Amino acid sequence: MPDQDPKRRDNRSLIRGLVLMTAGSFAFGWALVPLYDVFCRISGLGNPEARATAATIVSENVDQNRLVTVEFMSNPASNGSYEFHPLAASMQVHPGKLYDTKFYAKNLTGAPSTAQAVPSIAPGIAAKYFHKTECFCFTPQKFGAGEGREMPVRFIVDPQLPANVDKLTLSYVFYDTTQTTAQP
Amino acid sequence: MAYASTAHDAHDDHHDQPVKGFKRWLYATNHKDIGTMYLVFAMIMFFVGGFMAMLIRAELFKPGLQLMQPEFFNQMTTNHALVMIFGAVMPAFVGLANWMIPLQVGAPDMALPRMNNLSFWILPFAFTLLLGTFFVPGGMPAGGWTMYPPLILQTGAAFPMLIFAVHLMGASSIMGAINVIVTILNMRTPAMTLLKMPLFAWTWLITAYLLIAVMPVLAGAVTMLLTDHFFGTSFFNAAGGGDPLMFEHIFWFFGHPEVYIMILPAFGIISEILPTFSRKPLFGATSMIYAVASIAFLSFIVWGHHMFADGMPMAAQLFFMMSTMLIAVPTGVKVFNWTATMWRGSLSFEPPMLFAIGFLFMFSIGGFSGLMLAIVPADFQYQNSYFVVAHFHYVLVPGAIFGIMAAVYYWLPKWTGVMYSMTLAKWHFWLSTVFVNVLFFPQHFLGLAGMPRRIPDYAVQFADWNMVSSIGGFGFGLSQLLFAYLVIRCMRGEGKKATAAVWDGAMQHGLEWTLPSPPPYHSFTTPPDLPHQVHL
Ligand SMILES: [Cu+2]
Repeated sequence: MPDQDPKRRDNRSLIRGLVLMTAGSFAFGWALVPLYDVFCRISGLGNPEARATAATIVSENVDQNRLVTVEFMSNPASNGSYEFHPLAASMQVHPGKLYDTKFYAKNLTGAPSTAQAVPSIAPGIAAKYFHKTECFCFTPQKFGAGEGREMPVRFIVDPQLPANVDKLTLSYVFYDTTQTTAQP
Repeated sequence: MAYASTAHDAHDDHHDQPVKGFKRWLYATNHKDIGTMYLVFAMIMFFVGGFMAMLIRAELFKPGLQLMQPEFFNQMTTNHALVMIFGAVMPAFVGLANWMIPLQVGAPDMALPRMNNLSFWILPFAFTLLLGTFFVPGGMPAGGWTMYPPLILQTGAAFPMLIFAVHLMGASSIMGAINVIVTILNMRTPAMTLLKMPLFAWTWLITAYLLIAVMPVLAGAVTMLLTDHFFGTSFFNAAGGGDPLMFEHIFWFFGHPEVYIMILPAFGIISEILPTFSRKPLFGATSMIYAVASIAFLSFIVWGHHMFADGMPMAAQLFFMMSTMLIAVPTGVKVFNWTATMWRGSLSFEPPMLFAIGFLFMFSIGGFSGLMLAIVPADFQYQNSYFVVAHFHYVLVPGAIFGIMAAVYYWLPKWTGVMYSMTLAKWHFWLSTVFVNVLFFPQHFLGLAGMPRRIPDYAVQFADWNMVSSIGGFGFGLSQLLFAYLVIRCMRGEGKKATAAVWDGAMQHGLEWTLPSPPPYHSFTTPPDLPHQVHL
């Protein structure tokens, strides 16, 4: 009758506790995925609101005395299924004024395909002063076999942009998501 | 089962001798047998990982590509790390725990002998799987042991094998950890209160809790890699709304406690050896326990120091910098106490003591370079350079590995009943110490001069120190053959007979020395009293 032995019962409850701890750690590892996001939202760290969403600021006082260089960069998907580049390499802009530019993408494969652009702004501290009112990165972009087209971006640089920043870089990675995202 | 059987010892006489042949090992439930298997396995993996290191240093002997393609070089660096961490250092510590914890706390065996068997026998499968990737299309994993996506997702057929191997290694160490905790908490001889417990058992108890807390997190992270690769999830895929940086956060939440998993048991070993050969009790034993516990706690809140250069808000950089530097306080307490233990002691310099003193000096060097790396603006300069390589090799080789070797030289006569050649062991120490410094110290210079890590070829201005470092590497590698020779001789019972106490100053320093050398196959079948002179 092993259960009569108090030592053995002790072992069982300790082991049960330790196995629960293990399971808890495993669950915690997965919980970290949403938790990091929640933490950044609560603390305001890492500028979580500067994600790929349309900005609503449209009119501001245009700062005619200040010129900021905005550079455009493109990184096509690493599997080589897209050609992707900006039509203009850079622009001189006045903070507070709305500007348009275009990027060109072409599906190099012989089949319909979907892509998603993911934007990034450098330097990071200036990211929250760069507002996109319209961007092809807001939604997945569908392409027919061999189709190529120009895609617009409208943006406005906030006049609050710190004085020591005179150059911003907007770069996109253009991911082929045909395999990985469920089609809506 | 082991504990319950003490009640009917009389019926179990036929168990006093091990079964003959391979069944003794395959069905092993005896903590001494399993400890031996762990240690032998760790030694084999030490030479496998060491062989990879030799290939790496051979390629870096001169600038230019001599011996291998860059892809193969990357496979070697990645697998050298995985084999050394999960195959050599961690199993060696578990092996030491298996052998020593029951002897130190006066228990007849580990609490869960069958799980013990399972947790060992998983390892050969895990490493067959990992090393077997050598033969699959695309070769071995080459994305670094940290497995950052998206790079690691480009691994070929080896990818699922790598993930499964990591899962197995994790499962094995979690089982080992549960076993250690249950043994220490439930099977300690009643006379031994927790604060009277030897430091090796203490550090292992804390390490075991660390393992339970973080190995499952690693398992989760690699599972996410697996689903990203095969099932179209986007945990780390920016195109699907995920974030590759997220992996680094989760990985290093495991990774930083992991580096303490690899050093805390060594702290315990050093705390056993220094008092013995100083013929004094350990200075500030209780503060040592609290220091280890604080290090373990702090290890959970410093992971960001691996990611300073990734782009991080200022507030987070400051937090991780400060918390990291805070670890220097309990570590400083430990180094101070070890030094104070030797102060005015009657020192003698047998091989375990030499390795312990070597540990003290060289681990501190690694600790200091770690402090330098913790400083955010300095880290921007040092990160991803050979300075980092020098740093973590100083804490892992003359730190963790020297700790393990000190333990082996300390307890090997107890395990086998015979003494090794003191002269050859001292040669092994001095050769290892000289060569390990020739090997790693110049890497500080290389890093500060700007040589990046993980490259098979380099600019010519780095040639001289790389050649020196490689010579140190070959010297260190060859010196370890001496270690293998000494251990194998003892295992075959060749050498002078060892006494029960083995070391002149040992008798006061633990229950294990009250048993004959070698100890009987089943020891402490009834809970022993503490000899009144036993202190930490
Ligand atoms: Cu760390």
